[in-house]
Amino acid sequence: MDKFTTLTGIAAPMPLVNIDTDMIIPKQFLKTIKRSGLGKNLFDEMRYNADGSEIPDFVLNQPAYRKAEIIVAGDNFGCGSSREHAPWALLDFGIRCVISTSFADIFFSNCFKNGILPVVLPPEAVAHLMEDAKKGANARITVDLEAQTVTASDGETYSFDIDPFKKHCLLNGLDDIGLTLEKVSSIDSFEAQASLSRPWV
Amino acid sequence: MTARTLYDKIWDAHVVHQDADGTCLLYIDRHLVHEVTSPQAFEGLRMTGRKVRAPEKTIAVPDHNVPTTLDRANAATMTEESRIQVEALDKNAKEFGVHYYPVTDVRQGIVHIVGPEQGWTLPGMTVVCGDSHTATHGAFGALAHGIGTSEVEHVLATQTLIQKKSKNMKVEITGKLRPGVTAKDITLSVIGATGTAGGTGYVIEYCGEAIRDLSMEGRMTVCNMAIEGGARAGLIAPDEKTFAYVMGRPHAPKGAQWEAALTWWKTLFTDEGAHFDKVVVLKGEDIAPVVTWGTSPEDVLPITGTVPAASDFTGGKVEAAQRSLDYMGLTPGMKLEDIKIDTVFIGSCTNGRIEDLRAAAAILKGKKIKDGMRAMVVPGSGLVRAQAEEEGLAQIFIDAGFEWRLAGCSMCLAMNPDQLAPGERCAATSNRNFEGRQGRGGRTHLMSPAMAAAAAVTGHLTDVREMM
Ligand code: SF4
Repeated sequence: MDKFTTLTGIAAPMPLVNIDTDMIIPKQFLKTIKRSGLGKNLFDEMRYNADGSEIPDFVLNQPAYRKAEIIVAGDNFGCGSSREHAPWALLDFGIRCVISTSFADIFFSNCFKNGILPVVLPPEAVAHLMEDAKKGANARITVDLEAQTVTASDGETYSFDIDPFKKHCLLNGLDDIGLTLEKVSSIDSFEAQASLSRPWV
Repeated sequence: MTARTLYDKIWDAHVVHQDADGTCLLYIDRHLVHEVTSPQAFEGLRMTGRKVRAPEKTIAVPDHNVPTTLDRANAATMTEESRIQVEALDKNAKEFGVHYYPVTDVRQGIVHIVGPEQGWTLPGMTVVCGDSHTATHGAFGALAHGIGTSEVEHVLATQTLIQKKSKNMKVEITGKLRPGVTAKDITLSVIGATGTAGGTGYVIEYCGEAIRDLSMEGRMTVCNMAIEGGARAGLIAPDEKTFAYVMGRPHAPKGAQWEAALTWWKTLFTDEGAHFDKVVVLKGEDIAPVVTWGTSPEDVLPITGTVPAASDFTGGKVEAAQRSLDYMGLTPGMKLEDIKIDTVFIGSCTNGRIEDLRAAAAILKGKKIKDGMRAMVVPGSGLVRAQAEEEGLAQIFIDAGFEWRLAGCSMCLAMNPDQLAPGERCAATSNRNFEGRQGRGGRTHLMSPAMAAAAAVTGHLTDVREMM
């Protein structure tokens, strides 16, 4: 997993609420057995017509946002299916950070496993950043994970909360499984004890 | 000892390690695996030379992608990509030595139906699966939730998950349900009341007389959609009905182990005075048969209602509601009962169990579906299918004009050939009415099996109470 430290980039505004993972990556692209290559189908049904041509109005098709690295989104981003193909598609497109007032649980944790930073901010802050994002390539938003801040193009800075463990893993690009395997003796003793107390499991 | 909720008790029994900041390593008792979200996880194990830590606690079944037509044994019915994915599961299950129900096994079916049916799901367990509807298993008083593929790999390698504890939420449904009102109406009504983010950060415990009165099938329907309300998981305390359902299942404990298990299971309830961070109470008698009108499961209304206008909403929901109305092709003010449909789908992990098929068949008996209607029943597992055939339900569906399919997810997410065409409108017993969920441009109205059956007969959304 790539580290996430700071990022200054173009932010695409997506004010729609309840953007679900079926929208982010429709099911026909879940047949892959790989993690890569999903970026071209990110938001597929919103982004392309049935004949494969681009829908010009869709934000990521607009010239200003083709290189967006941040999405500023409406409430409850990433709800629905648990598919990790959603963060894989975002990452493959080049998105490293999503800012919203709230995220669905599974999507939120999936982001951290893939070096994407989901930032939760209060509604006023998201509204301000949304307006900023609408300025297109003229406005770059800066996200600093170490300092836990998001800075709009006008210099307005917002602090965000983040779980210290998740922050540590993201800053250092750490692999969860490797970390957990360091605790393998705790797992062994838990299993030994559970095989006595709940032998039917 | 302080009073604990059911969630607290199950959580406490599974903590392997706790860091100072509250991050826990949680032990996982059952790991269910299907073909769509697991190939990258197994590949990850292979690349790092890791093994599955507890293959005996890992159960794999293909369900999302497999065709449900009777000719599916013929590989040509699958697209190349789907076939590769199912073959990858075959290969991974064998190579890593996990329990496996291939497509040719009568026990194959939707992973959330197979788990309970085979007795893999037991009270007090932690159950995970790379699928958001893992919440279903909460009906047994098991802490069950969906995970992403990286977490699938983590569980395969370590039999644990890194977790922080959620908050406790209680959803109480008091009193009795009125005739024609089902578990599906309860769970949709709760989401209608709390919104799709209402449960975010919480584990919900469903309780109250109306929940107690539900069968295990009904309880699974309720917990199944906890995720649609944003919750990490849904739970219902186990009781005599739970124990009766579990007893004698192939992987349920037997003999002395059964007695020991039962003793522990009977302690799995929320203590008097335990703290809930959020409480929602609905009166059972206030719940009507409901349908969804929009493209979010929170867009719920009683069937007697009318299509809302975007201006009925506030904030970001105004734009979302307008988008839904446009997508669904509906005009504000029209009666929901006047919405014509052309497809009916009965099945999915929400409503693909035997009781669901009985409820639909009870409405369909001696009737025919509307001319030109496409209607299908996709049983949740091969065993549900066999039982429905034995009970004569299959014949009722076939006589009414339904297609009688093999088990799988089918048109719930339309990864296989069962899809809606653009603009087609479907009465579905599944759980998601998202844009394009059942096929690009397809329009989905969620409802109970009995309501879907009623709509199949009349050709429009229908109040099932008029047909009872
Ligand atoms: S039936 Fe639908 S919701 Fe259930 S597991 Fe299959 S695709 Fe997911």
